[in-house]
Formats: sequence, C-alpha cells, structure tokens
Amino acid sequence: MKTMLAAFAFTAVVSVGAYFVLSEMGFSSAEVQSAPSVRLD
Amino acid sequence: MKLKVLGAYLIALLTFAVTPAHSQDEGQRASTGGAQTLEDILARQKGLEVDESFRRENLGNPENAKAISDKLGSLGGVSSSDLYRGIRYSETEIKVSNNSHAAEVLVQDGGMGWLLTRQGGIQAFAGYGIGGIIIALAAFYFLRGRMTIEGGPSGQTIERFKSFERFGHWCLAGSFIMLACTGLLLLFGRSVIIPVFGHEANSAIATFSIWVHNNIAWVFMASLVAIFVMWVAHNIPNKLDLEWFAKGGGIVGNAHPSARKFNGGQKLIFWMTIILGASVSMSGLSLLFPFELPMFAKTFGMINTIFPAMGLSTELLPHEEMQLAHLWHAIVAITMIIAIVAHIYIGSVGMEGAFDAMGNGQVDLEWARQHHDLWVEQEEAKGAPIQQVGDAR
Ligand code: HEM
Repeated sequence: MKTMLAAFAFTAVVSVGAYFVLSEMGFSSAEVQSAPSVRLD
Repeated sequence: MKLKVLGAYLIALLTFAVTPAHSQDEGQRASTGGAQTLEDILARQKGLEVDESFRRENLGNPENAKAISDKLGSLGGVSSSDLYRGIRYSETEIKVSNNSHAAEVLVQDGGMGWLLTRQGGIQAFAGYGIGGIIIALAAFYFLRGRMTIEGGPSGQTIERFKSFERFGHWCLAGSFIMLACTGLLLLFGRSVIIPVFGHEANSAIATFSIWVHNNIAWVFMASLVAIFVMWVAHNIPNKLDLEWFAKGGGIVGNAHPSARKFNGGQKLIFWMTIILGASVSMSGLSLLFPFELPMFAKTFGMINTIFPAMGLSTELLPHEEMQLAHLWHAIVAITMIIAIVAHIYIGSVGMEGAFDAMGNGQVDLEWARQHHDLWVEQEEAKGAPIQQVGDAR
C-alpha cells in the first residue's frame, strides 16, 4: 500500500516537473511554430 | 413469363446498386464548361466519394501562355480559377513568413471527416465498449460471484512482487487511469459536457484535463518501458499458455490450469499493454509536438509494401497527419481502456487474494498454488521465505 501511494505521489511530482521543464525549454507549439519576429506574451 | 419479369427486375436492381449515385460523366460537366456540377456539390455535401481529379489537375498551363509581348499575356497561362484550384488542392507553392510548413497549406478539407468520425464512430466505440465491459463484468460478478481461494487462505504468504516492481506497476496504473479519465472528458466535452453543464464548465474541465493529460503522459511512457524490462522474461508465450486457454483459464469451469509466474491471460494483458501502450505513446507524442513528428505517411508506405492492395496514401498534408494521429490515438486508447477495465476487475474485487500481489507484495500460499503452481514450486525450490500471517481456516 505504501509503495502504491509513493508511486502516485511520484507521478504527481514528475507531471508538475515535466510542465516546468517543457515550458522552460520553449516546447510550446506557439513558440515552435512562430518566427522570431513574433511577440508571444 | 413471371420468371423473366423477375429476372429483368433483378438485373435492374443490380444495375442501380452498382452504379454509384455520384457518377458523373464528362458529358454532364460539358454543360458547366468543365466546372463542377450541382450533382458534384450535392454528392460532396452528403459525404459521398467524388472524383475531383478533373479539378485538382486543372491548374492551367504556362506553356500555353501568350508571349509577354502579346496582348493580355501577363498571367502566364494560369487563370484566377486555375490559381484558386492550385491553392484549394495544395498544388501551388505557398511561401509564408513563419516557421511552420503547416501554414503553407491554405485550404484542407479533412476536418469535417475528422469531426464526424470522432463524434460518430469513436464516441460510440467508447460509450458502448467501455459501458459494455462494465455491464458484462457486473453481470459476471452477480451471477458467478468473486473467484475465491478454494478451501480458504492458508495463512502463509510468499513474496510475489518486489517493491520496485509494485512501484513501476502503480506509476503505470496511476498515470493510465488519469490519462483515460481526462482523455474521455476531452472526447465527450462537446457532445455531453457542454449540453449538460454548459460552456463555462467544459472550458474549465477541458483546460484541467489537457494539462494533466499532456504532463502525466511522461510517467506513463517511462513506466511502460520499466514494466517491459522487468517482466518481459516472464511473458514469453509457450505451450503451457495454449493449455491454459484451452481450459478457459479456470474462469469457466472449475479447473485450475497450470501456470508459471504469469498465465496465458496475463501474458495477453502484458503484450496488449506494451504494444498498444507504445502505439498510443507514439501517436500522443505526435499530437504533443504538432506537425513535428508526422508518422502516418511513413507507416502507410510500410503497410503498402506488405499489402500493396491497400493502396494507402503516402503523401499526406501536415493537417492530415494530425487528424489521423488524433483518431488513431483515441481508437488505441479506448481499446486499451476496455481491456484494462477487465484487468482492474480481476486484480481487485473479481478474485480473492489477487490484490495483495500489488498491495504489499505478499500473496497467500494457497492462492499462489491454485493460480501459479509451477511458479510456487520454483520459488520453493529456490528457498523463498514463507511468512506466517495467521491461522489456516
Ligand atoms: C486500480 C487499478 C489496478 C489494479 C487493482 C491492478 C492490479 C494488478 C495486480 C493485482 C496485478 C498482479 C497480478 C498477479 O499477481 O499476477 C497486476 C499486474 C499487472 N498490471 Fe495491473 N492493476 C491496475 C491497473 C493497471 C493498469 C492501468 C495497467 C496498464 C495500463 C496495468 C497493467 C498491469 C500489467 C501489465 C500487469 C502484469 C500482467 C498481469 O498480471 O496481467 N494494471 N495488476
């Protein structure tokens, strides 16, 4: 049971981590598809 | 005489049946000067197949242009209609000022087919498939009840899965269940959530769902690899599995067919998870990074070399790649969900003693002997420790 809860907690942490890593790396579709002259925000 | 009439009637019927309703001969189009006719337009609106090559290929020919020194020679033999058709069928080269090849396609008409397939067949598959398996399992439970350990638990346990194996399983299971729920919320947003709860609610639900779906997918992919590495050796099919299936797995009837660590049914679940899981991951990545990882044209090319009769299109527009990835992703995911609902049933309420294998990793010795006799023999021969947890009933 403890292992199961640990796995769920780990899953949540990795998901939030993935969000920050991907947005830091500029992986959003808007950023990838637009030319440098485009101001996104 | 009657026979002749019947024969003529049948021939007439067959002729109508094999003559496509949308067939258009050149003669009719002559009346529109070669342009499409009302019948063409109506057929297309009904979603019928229309051979559009007469338009697609009618793009004008610069060879026929008058010399520049002639009067009205400047369009180069391509009229405005020719140019429009070139844009309509993505035959004209378009230059755009951003990074995306997708933006070079100005008109693409696959969206309607995509929408109709998604709201038609795919939603029906999800609704009837997932609903059906839940009803079937509930019926099985009420008719046959829980599969029990014959003679009751022994009170002694043996280790079935180590903690890192259970950790891997629960990362896979937790992420899959979240992916399944958020995916279904996205699929049914327009047809169920909006009519019932309104646009505001659907907007909030969809924003939350896509965030969870996009980010939790990494855990699913990583744990899929981990599960594969940990368990593939125990899941190689062999002759024992055939015997297991021949005896209906012991679910039908009362036999307990022999099995090693995983029985035939479990191997089926394992390979289904790995193969469909890999496919859903690849199409998912293709959706996560739009237009950057097209894979259908290549896949179709490979299928064509094996089954040339299929004649699948190997030149797909960027948008078509995305539409296909989206449809495929949903079909594979729903198939997986249906199978996994059955797996969750057997692993929890369906079978006494099964959950412990993934709960604390210790299973009752009697459960293990009934379901995985050869595995227990092997473990005991290796001197695996047996724990005493209670009195035998
Ligand atoms: C609440 C949900 C779930 C429960 C209660 C559950 C339970 C179990 C149990 C008890 C086992 C071990 C069976 C044994 O001792 O041999 C197992 C194995 C396994 N589980 Fe799950 N599971 C769940 C969800 C999932 C999901 C969502 C997936 C995949 C997407 C999955 C994939 C597997 C695989 C591949 C195996 C090994 C093969 C097999 O035993 O069929 N499980 N699960």
